[in-house]
Amino acid sequence: MAPRVTKPNAAEIAACSCGGYSRSRLLRHAAGAAIPGAGLPAIEAGMPLPAGTGMSRRSFLSRTAGLAMAVYGAGALGIDALDAGIAAAAEAPDQPVLVSVFLDGGADSLSMLAPTGHARYTQLRPTLALGLGEDGAAELGPQLSEDTSLQWHSALNPLATLHAEGKVSVLPAIGYTDANQSHFTSRHFWEVGATDPFARLGWLGRYLDQHGSADNPLQGLSLGYDLSPSLASGSVPVAAMSRPEEYDFWAPGVWGPVETAMLDSIGNLGELPTGDAGLAYARGAAAATGRLREQVAPFQSGYTTPPGVTYPTGSSFSDRLRALAAMLGAGLPLRCVAINGAGGYDTHSNQEDSLPQNLTVTAGSLLAFQRDLEARGLADRVLTLVWSEFGRRPDENGSGTDHGAAGTAFLIGSAVRGTMIGEFPGIAANDLDDDDNLRATSDYRGLYRALLEQWFAVDAASVIPGASGFTAPELLKP
Amino acid sequence: MATAKRKPKRRRKQRACVTPKRRARAKRAALESYTPGAEAAARRRKRARRKCRPKKRKRRAVRRPTPILQPVPPPPRPATPGPLSSPLAIYGGTFGVRQAERLLWRAGFGPSPGHAQALASLGLHGAVRSLTRPAGAAVLTGATPHDSDDSPLYPEDAWGHDHLWFLDRMVRTNQPLVERMALLWHDWFATSTAAVEQRHMMVQNQTFRTNALGSFHTLVRAMTTDPAMILWLNQNENSRWNPNENYAREVMELFTLGADRGAYTEDDVRELARSLTGWTNSWSAELGTHDFRFAANRHDANPKTVFGRTGTWDWEDACRLCVEHPLHSSFLVGKLWSYFIPTPPSDSDRSKLEQLYRSTGYQVRPLVEAILLHPQLYGGPRMVKPPIIALAGWLRALRRPIDTSAWVWLADGTGQRLFMPPNVAGWDDDRWLDTSTLRARWEMASYAVGDRELAGAAMDEYDETETPQQAVAKARAFWGDPPLTGETVTSLTAFATDCLPGSMSGWQRHTYRAIRQNALRVLIATCPDLQTS
Repeated sequence: MAPRVTKPNAAEIAACSCGGYSRSRLLRHAAGAAIPGAGLPAIEAGMPLPAGTGMSRRSFLSRTAGLAMAVYGAGALGIDALDAGIAAAAEAPDQPVLVSVFLDGGADSLSMLAPTGHARYTQLRPTLALGLGEDGAAELGPQLSEDTSLQWHSALNPLATLHAEGKVSVLPAIGYTDANQSHFTSRHFWEVGATDPFARLGWLGRYLDQHGSADNPLQGLSLGYDLSPSLASGSVPVAAMSRPEEYDFWAPGVWGPVETAMLDSIGNLGELPTGDAGLAYARGAAAATGRLREQVAPFQSGYTTPPGVTYPTGSSFSDRLRALAAMLGAGLPLRCVAINGAGGYDTHSNQEDSLPQNLTVTAGSLLAFQRDLEARGLADRVLTLVWSEFGRRPDENGSGTDHGAAGTAFLIGSAVRGTMIGEFPGIAANDLDDDDNLRATSDYRGLYRALLEQWFAVDAASVIPGASGFTAPELLKP
Repeated sequence: MATAKRKPKRRRKQRACVTPKRRARAKRAALESYTPGAEAAARRRKRARRKCRPKKRKRRAVRRPTPILQPVPPPPRPATPGPLSSPLAIYGGTFGVRQAERLLWRAGFGPSPGHAQALASLGLHGAVRSLTRPAGAAVLTGATPHDSDDSPLYPEDAWGHDHLWFLDRMVRTNQPLVERMALLWHDWFATSTAAVEQRHMMVQNQTFRTNALGSFHTLVRAMTTDPAMILWLNQNENSRWNPNENYAREVMELFTLGADRGAYTEDDVRELARSLTGWTNSWSAELGTHDFRFAANRHDANPKTVFGRTGTWDWEDACRLCVEHPLHSSFLVGKLWSYFIPTPPSDSDRSKLEQLYRSTGYQVRPLVEAILLHPQLYGGPRMVKPPIIALAGWLRALRRPIDTSAWVWLADGTGQRLFMPPNVAGWDDDRWLDTSTLRARWEMASYAVGDRELAGAAMDEYDETETPQQAVAKARAFWGDPPLTGETVTSLTAFATDCLPGSMSGWQRHTYRAIRQNALRVLIATCPDLQTS
């Protein structure tokens, strides 16, 4: 069972900050894991082995992983489950995959696609307008072909490249009316697919509840230390992992047949029934852990990336996308994947310092991921949605920007239409909303509706409350 | 950071390991660390920010010949005997060892050997009183902590030592509730070293301890003037010329009122931000950020309208307006309760607690006492232990001192690195366990037992007649006989039976049984039963 999401009591909700609900922890946990290979165990000699070969524990472990198919495949349940998963994916070769990339903190849309063709831009952004900073014109990328009043941030040039190839659809002002300017509330709204502070299931989790599998936790995978709230499901299992090659279990002084049985026990202890809600939650997590361990066992020995594909180094976001492409290439039955983009975007101050660097890593990784999928022949099956909980206020605060309303989203993939969705609303005084923020020209629930209907080919009404009330843009190439 | 002038040795060491490559990594790590004030971290990169991560993921802890067995901290003693009072119902059932254990997990870090028995003998009121009104100053019992290099802890500036220092207090204190409240407030007023120097975090941590069970109004005022908080939520950049809303929004949304309750409007955010203008600080290469102060010339002295009340409000008024807000007491009571009991209070209990809170002038101790005496704590469902509580509990049970830096990076994976909450809203207590954090708990448990692994002679001489039942009983005793459900014991016994091959050669009979014992220790520590209390 996946961690069950219990229904909250209304009073409990009212009493707690919304921030206490339905949000995941952020990429910072991963900062320490950002070094490629850091997860691989060091070799340590001296571990006695049944075979008495004098092999170190490390090499013994990696061999166990490498031989996992052979050793455990002789009859262990793990490989059966994995085989079943791969078989299911093989039976449905066109199974679409959606990757949700979250830019955490509220990414500044007016810097990602700068309205350099709008007179008021430099007035609102006397220090932060692209082109005015230390780097001058080097901050400016190409103009957006559909609306030449907008100009890419040069840090997003990798996305501009994909856009020129017709593989990126730009949503320059996505959001919802009466935007909530709290990180936690607005993010929650996006995660649950409704402006409902009481919702406890993620929109992707609800999709999986209705159209997913009862025993495949990989169908909803968070690449990170925590489960993404977007994937929080009510009845089907979903999973979180930092990187597949890190998903091993060891205990000091345990090897051989005892170790095999011990690893099986992890999940077995989670399968026990109980009437206690807290214990049921803990056991659900243990059961999901046991199943996931069996599924990813073959990755313990590493994986390869196609020649010619180069990911940025030193970024956990990049590493995770690279691992994701490999998992998809191996036919693992993934359907919805959630991952945080590189860095944080809550740029109240020193925006010029952090934003370009985080955007550079994020966009560079996304380009490499697309190239990787193309090299593997998977590019038609995968769609990537890049989003943030809101944009930032047009009027800068000195060295940064405060919370705003409409933000920017991107849809990336070989299948996307590649044209702009919703126009840029303008930044003249009467173009902005009552709080002097950017107005939304497309609604995120309309985007979700379109993804469900056009990408997953399911009825959106049962996943997104009131779906028919939101216009669904055409997302895919005809 | 890197202001360790007093510690030339350590500093030299750190400098030595800052290779350009490492520095680039540290820079990227800083960039990838989200905080609502991450930009401040970027700014401070320019100052020598030296982080040396130890080699990660050694497969096994360094084996020490004999594990050091820590003396047991004395249980807390009530200052004065006699029953406590509460406007709510008081638990009237048996108060035995199992109930004392649950109390110690919810209001502390689990029992040390003998601790639950001692508490049970005090009875419910005596036990709660010993926690909420401990006599005298806290006593830390046992060996002083050190890192993996046998260095003493420098929590103000050495990487990870902040985490080890607080963890050590959790393990060795005889006043567990005070430390638990310090952790609670750290979560409530979540501030992170991602954007704040460690020395400021240590000052803030002491403020939490000092005000652990006192007035919440005092605490809000202390946080509003706290250097770590001022840096974290950009109060030092909130001036009358450029109001920065960060602190104003969070003090209402996360600290005192709650979002989406109709307690405040976007206009209130802007007006409160203006009220809170005026804070600033100095910076020098020598001292880093220092001299945090209110500068009248930075303050917007014009009238503001907050919650419909107009005045020339300043930061003190801002704090007062928030705690006097009619929706504050319900926010505080509900949130405080949720740290101890997973099911919400009844409407009548809630309003009695609110009344108690207001009538005592925003005092926290009476609320905590009423909650710890409440039947719902003892009779209600289990609650997931936060990972740092689980670890502190293991170390208490094992009587193991803080002797490795591994706890720092292990904490990252479990989702709870102290002084690094994920964001300004703190940790999410609804989501401690999933496939990723549970694996990290497993790894942490492996390190916890690593210094007493059965190996070598202990393996060769292991009892080759041990039955599965004996094996399980022995592993339970290893952890101080924590409560396990019948079905978990059955499942563990099945493992202990099935894990041995049907026929074993001479050396295998004792070796495999020793391995089985090693495995049972980790399986018990990480089993779902013991992730909850």
